[in-house]
Amino acid sequence: MSESTSPLPAERRRETMNDATAAAEALTEDRVSLAAIERDSTRNRVWKRFARYRPGVVGLIFLGVLVICALAAPFIAPYDPDAVNPRLRGHGPSAAHWLGNDDIGRDILSRIIFGARVALIVGIGATLIAVTIGVTIGATAGYFGGKVDFWLSRVIDTLMAFPLLALLMTLSTVFGPSLRNVVIVIGCTVWASYARVVRAEVLSLRETDYVLAARSVGVTNRSIIARHIVPNAIGPVIIIASLSIGGIIILESALSFLGLGIQRPTASWGTMLSDGREFIRNYPHIAIAPGLAIAFTVLAFNLVGDGLRDALDPRDRR
Amino acid sequence: MASYIIKRLIQGVIVLFLVTLLTFFVMYFMPGDPARQMVGQAYVTEEQLDAIRDRWHLNDPWYTRYWTWVSNVVQGDFGTSMMRPGVEITDMIGQAAGMTLRLTAISFTLSLLIALPVGVLAAVKRYSWFDYLSMLGSTVGVAVPNYWIGLMAIILFSVKLGWLPPYGSGSWKAYILPVIVLSIDEIAGLARITRGATIEVLSQDYVTTARAKGLKNGAILWRHVVRNTLLPVITIIGYRAAFILSGTIVVETVFAWPGMGRLFYQAITSQDLQVVQAIVLLLTTLVVVANIITDLTYAFIDPRVRITK
Repeated sequence: MSESTSPLPAERRRETMNDATAAAEALTEDRVSLAAIERDSTRNRVWKRFARYRPGVVGLIFLGVLVICALAAPFIAPYDPDAVNPRLRGHGPSAAHWLGNDDIGRDILSRIIFGARVALIVGIGATLIAVTIGVTIGATAGYFGGKVDFWLSRVIDTLMAFPLLALLMTLSTVFGPSLRNVVIVIGCTVWASYARVVRAEVLSLRETDYVLAARSVGVTNRSIIARHIVPNAIGPVIIIASLSIGGIIILESALSFLGLGIQRPTASWGTMLSDGREFIRNYPHIAIAPGLAIAFTVLAFNLVGDGLRDALDPRDRR
Repeated sequence: MASYIIKRLIQGVIVLFLVTLLTFFVMYFMPGDPARQMVGQAYVTEEQLDAIRDRWHLNDPWYTRYWTWVSNVVQGDFGTSMMRPGVEITDMIGQAAGMTLRLTAISFTLSLLIALPVGVLAAVKRYSWFDYLSMLGSTVGVAVPNYWIGLMAIILFSVKLGWLPPYGSGSWKAYILPVIVLSIDEIAGLARITRGATIEVLSQDYVTTARAKGLKNGAILWRHVVRNTLLPVITIIGYRAAFILSGTIVVETVFAWPGMGRLFYQAITSQDLQVVQAIVLLLTTLVVVANIITDLTYAFIDPRVRITK
């Protein structure tokens, strides 16, 4: 496997392998092991390139810690995030309450830790929905072309023309604001950029030899799209996804800040900011921590996205 | 060129049609009874409610309602507000739009004045401390929610220092915080795009040629680099300019600025359907029209676009 260190032959071999899987029904054991090594070395290469971008690694570590916080929130949080304590109303940071208490005496640090759950669920959940819809529609439009493409493209244009926050506010009012609805509503409105990219990618992939080969041996459209087109168009999708999770977290926080997203008393960074705004004169410290939490999380996702772009985008090899 | 223009216009009209459909149906499925909402706490009989529904055509089938709405809108008539009886929506939006335009125009000009030079300079001095610093700033600027910066600015400049008013639109001082907060995102994004575009141009053959023939750096920069950089940047400015209006929703709410964003927020929370519909439609139409104009301008300047598309 000496030549797998140079990117081009490896890339080309992957294509030939796709050819092979399309044309032949069964893989010999030899090919299976070859494929395994191939996949492994591609992954290694991507990882090595990603690791070279320090800020991306820092972002990844931060996100790792955040995920642990979210999963183990009940064990990590020093207090019950919903425990009201009237005697501690609006108290500033202290040894017992590192970030202080909010307007009804709840521990801000505990609420920040529990709020990480909401941010991650919305950011990742909505992105998964958006990727699923976007990839399906983009692949369909690009693969079939013609009238299908024309109308699907107009639908994409339409969605992209809407001011996102205004649309989300309206949809959230229609369906009723709740965590589940926020995830669904955001997921169903931000897929257009994925569809656009996948469509463009598929348009060029459609003409490749291995797709022609697959078609000539009678593979159905659906499995050509699922097995050959989508896996090859997934690189840019991963990049956009990682870069847009941050934006979705900001959207969610804005929605909750305006009272149209996550509802009280659930601890979410957006609703905490909304409390902070209400008591900005008397207890200004309430608004500080949730904003920082959002900023660091979004920053971490964006840095990881930058790193992934450098690692996955073959056009920009440094 | 003519066929490209026609094609683009037809696409635009179709998109606008889909926009009206989507806007209408989202509103159509809005929960709650608008008639009851209008009456509020007052006691009314079912007949009276029905009379209100009749008056607002809420009993008509959806296609009749859609058609009446669209044909009125095309004539520039958005009707009157349901929650503020007798107030023409066109007047409401007109006033609010003026306030938002003032805010966004200042903020957009400020953003361009800062972002363009920073982006070009960062690209020319690539890998210098200036490049790293400005790109760090832009990365952070994109990540921080702008309404939170607004809150922090209110705490510092209004609550602690008492220099600037925390909300309202009375004096020139009231403009400062909202303008700065609105500009931060814009500057961060534009500087990054300008830098990318400039780096792209710097690697072109004509720049190498200009250097080879001994042109001074300043001349290369002005005559070749900046001019060619502006092309992609202008496109993006066109796309973003339409969206900046909708970006004001949260900022206007934070600073209680009497513009479109706050009007929209109030209309949503009071379920003033007609107003919500009108604003969404206006903003979206603006985006569609801006996109068409930008595309056509771009095609006019760069012939490659109209051939490949």
